[in-house]
Amino acid sequence: MSGVIKIKRGLDINLKGKAKKQVEQLPLSKYYALKPSDYKFVTPRVHAKVGDRVKAGSILFYDKYKPEIVFTSPVSGQVVEIRRGERRRILEYVVQADDSIEYEQFDVRPLDDMESEQIIDVLLKSGLWASIIQRPYGIIADPKTKPLAVHISTFDSAPLAPDYQFTLKDYIDEFQLGVDVLKKITNTKIFLNLDGRVENNIFDQIQGVEKTKFIGPHPAGNVGVQIHHLTPIQKGDIIWTISPQDVVFIGRFFKTGRVDLTKIIALAGSEVLEPKYYKVISGTSVESILDGQVKNQNVRYISGNVLTGQKISANGFLGRYDNMITVIPEGNYYEFLGWLGIGLNKFSTSRTFLSWLFPKREWVIDTNLHGQQRPFVITGRMDKVLPMQIYPEFLLKAILANDVEQMEALGIYEVIEEDFALCEFVCVSKIDIQQIITQGLQTMIKEMG
Amino acid sequence: MGLRKFFDNLNKQAQPGGKLHFLSATIEALDTFFYVPNRVTTRGSHIRDAVDLKRVMITVVIALLPPLLFGIWNIGYLHYKYLGLDTNFWKNVWFGLEKFIPLLLVSYIAGGLVEVIFAQLRHEEVNEGYLVTGLLIPMIIPVTTPLWMVGLAAIFATLVGKEVFGGTGYNIFNPALLARAFLFFSYPGHMSGEKVWIADLPDAMSGATPLGQFSQATSLAQIHAIHSHFSVADMFLGTIPGSIGETSTLAILIGALILIYTGVASWKIIVSAFVGGGLMGWLLNILATPTNPYMALPFWEHWLLGGFAFGMVYMVTDPVSSAHTEIGKWIYGFSAGLLAILIRVLNPAYPEGVMLAILLMNMFAPLIDYIVVRYHIKSRTKRALFLKQQNL
Repeated sequence: MSGVIKIKRGLDINLKGKAKKQVEQLPLSKYYALKPSDYKFVTPRVHAKVGDRVKAGSILFYDKYKPEIVFTSPVSGQVVEIRRGERRRILEYVVQADDSIEYEQFDVRPLDDMESEQIIDVLLKSGLWASIIQRPYGIIADPKTKPLAVHISTFDSAPLAPDYQFTLKDYIDEFQLGVDVLKKITNTKIFLNLDGRVENNIFDQIQGVEKTKFIGPHPAGNVGVQIHHLTPIQKGDIIWTISPQDVVFIGRFFKTGRVDLTKIIALAGSEVLEPKYYKVISGTSVESILDGQVKNQNVRYISGNVLTGQKISANGFLGRYDNMITVIPEGNYYEFLGWLGIGLNKFSTSRTFLSWLFPKREWVIDTNLHGQQRPFVITGRMDKVLPMQIYPEFLLKAILANDVEQMEALGIYEVIEEDFALCEFVCVSKIDIQQIITQGLQTMIKEMG
Repeated sequence: MGLRKFFDNLNKQAQPGGKLHFLSATIEALDTFFYVPNRVTTRGSHIRDAVDLKRVMITVVIALLPPLLFGIWNIGYLHYKYLGLDTNFWKNVWFGLEKFIPLLLVSYIAGGLVEVIFAQLRHEEVNEGYLVTGLLIPMIIPVTTPLWMVGLAAIFATLVGKEVFGGTGYNIFNPALLARAFLFFSYPGHMSGEKVWIADLPDAMSGATPLGQFSQATSLAQIHAIHSHFSVADMFLGTIPGSIGETSTLAILIGALILIYTGVASWKIIVSAFVGGGLMGWLLNILATPTNPYMALPFWEHWLLGGFAFGMVYMVTDPVSSAHTEIGKWIYGFSAGLLAILIRVLNPAYPEGVMLAILLMNMFAPLIDYIVVRYHIKSRTKRALFLKQQNL
């Protein structure tokens, strides 16, 4: 029943420091935080104030423009700090955790006894609604709309990404329940997109979904690429996406009535002593995970993967949607005549360095930009890493020119930042391509209201 | 390292308010020439491909080395051959260097100065594109070109070819080729004819290129006579008169392989340009009449003659002025090759058509892209509707 789609264009960057398939259970971290920046285009309004006591599942803040969308605490404890940045923008909403977690109990019953409106309502109240992401734009779904379809990518093809076959293998029942919930509230097709390279896929047993196998290099696991190959988004279309981890959270919620965001994440990267998996609660401080695990001080901590993740500090917090922490060397050094050498140790998709002699090598890549920003020179290199029928450079130019009609025609509805991450990686002009996409999405949201 | 400290100091003084602020672009350019800067990513993709524009440009320079080195040798070789003097390899090279180095220096210094001044005025970083343009200019002119003319051409290329459009990345025409066109129309006597191709040629002698001679031929017998003078092997290896870098098809082929293998130039453009040129040559073969024996010249010999190979490998592939869509590249390259041979054979005013054909196609590249993108948009819609119908 399942189709197979081969992705030809793309790039697997073989980085050093893959996580070993071994899970370490850490005690509860002292601090947990929600970062409003994890939720695209959400303007947070404070609900729980500093000093308030919260349970796991209590509201911390909500969206100014859609107050029904709330964001809830992953643990019980006390709100100790609301860290603000420029123009008093909320950066982190920090909760000091209790020794053992107290849960807010929500009213959930077997799905057959619940109306779809009731399900949506309780999902909204629990804060789990934030797991459902809408395309276009990659924002939290509007509970008032119904999507054309729901897409779930069951694998992450990004460099060093955690293997969901490993991290979710014990939660397949919860996953199935989560799928049933989505099915009930959307009453439409659920596309479950599988990694075609995996045998005995744990998701094979999931019922009530349309399965498609994707085979190919990154970004084959990006849900945007999968949507493009199954149900391309045109003007007016709405598709929902949700990560497999979040499907498990929703399933667990309807099993227990609790917001339990326990998950298994990967700690990976060349600067980690023993890359492996950790069982943590979403939003955890990364301090206890990194403790004694990092080789030296001059490193970059990333919540998420190296292509799309957020830079965090050594005592920062894991992002809401992130299932990994990556640690790579900082590249803040000068390199004498670095652009002139033969470059045996320089990873490049062009063959201008002799490093192409080692196709199998595991690379250590640091954060050096390897050059200066230059005007946009169209080289056609982006086409090779974007497996969509989209002309990346023309779309980017349309965004820069603020040409809304052209953006629509060239595919702005089909993409979000992560789909252009590899374009950014290969860009010879060292331009922040993902930033341009953000700008384009902002323009579209403003134009479309 | 001492040099690093030196630059750190300079950079401090180049800050706004510093003593050397008026030289900031120059200092920046020198610094980043010696050191890949310590700049790091801030967000998004935390790691980046090691390639930057400097590396791309230096790769083009490396790909230009085979025809360049051959050209230098050839300057000496032809000089001693036409003058009937004894020579050897090193003598040829030495003579060639004596002639070529001044041309190169003038080109780099004149054009580079314009580049730096503009970067300074605009408070931008100096662009490395001139590494290539400045080398191309002396390679596509006759060895006897006066130095002041080269300087003028280099300034013209940078100023009119690039800076008026906003700098590298924004120009419409290939700057080096524009410079050559400027010289060609301003000083035709120095750019074409029988006298300009051999260094220090005595007045009484002719050093016409085979291309020039073919275009003058009025009978098949004359074509044969020229062939007895310049064999196909000569034309392929490049031991014939012509612009400094253009004569050796073999050396250019090696350069083409470097460009294609490193992914710096589009193989689609190169291949389609040769196909286009070959096709036009072949069509002319079919239509050839006894009164126009030039048309009967075997189509593949056009690949070896004049600036065809050089232009179709190094000039037409310039990523800034060429077509940007993949389908567009086929059309663009093909048309450039086709037009080059058409102009070369049928237009009596110009013995060579490569330069004009490429400049013309530079102008049409945006139009080609426009049409391809329109088609792309239509097919995107069609595909989306089809897939949704099938899967939903």
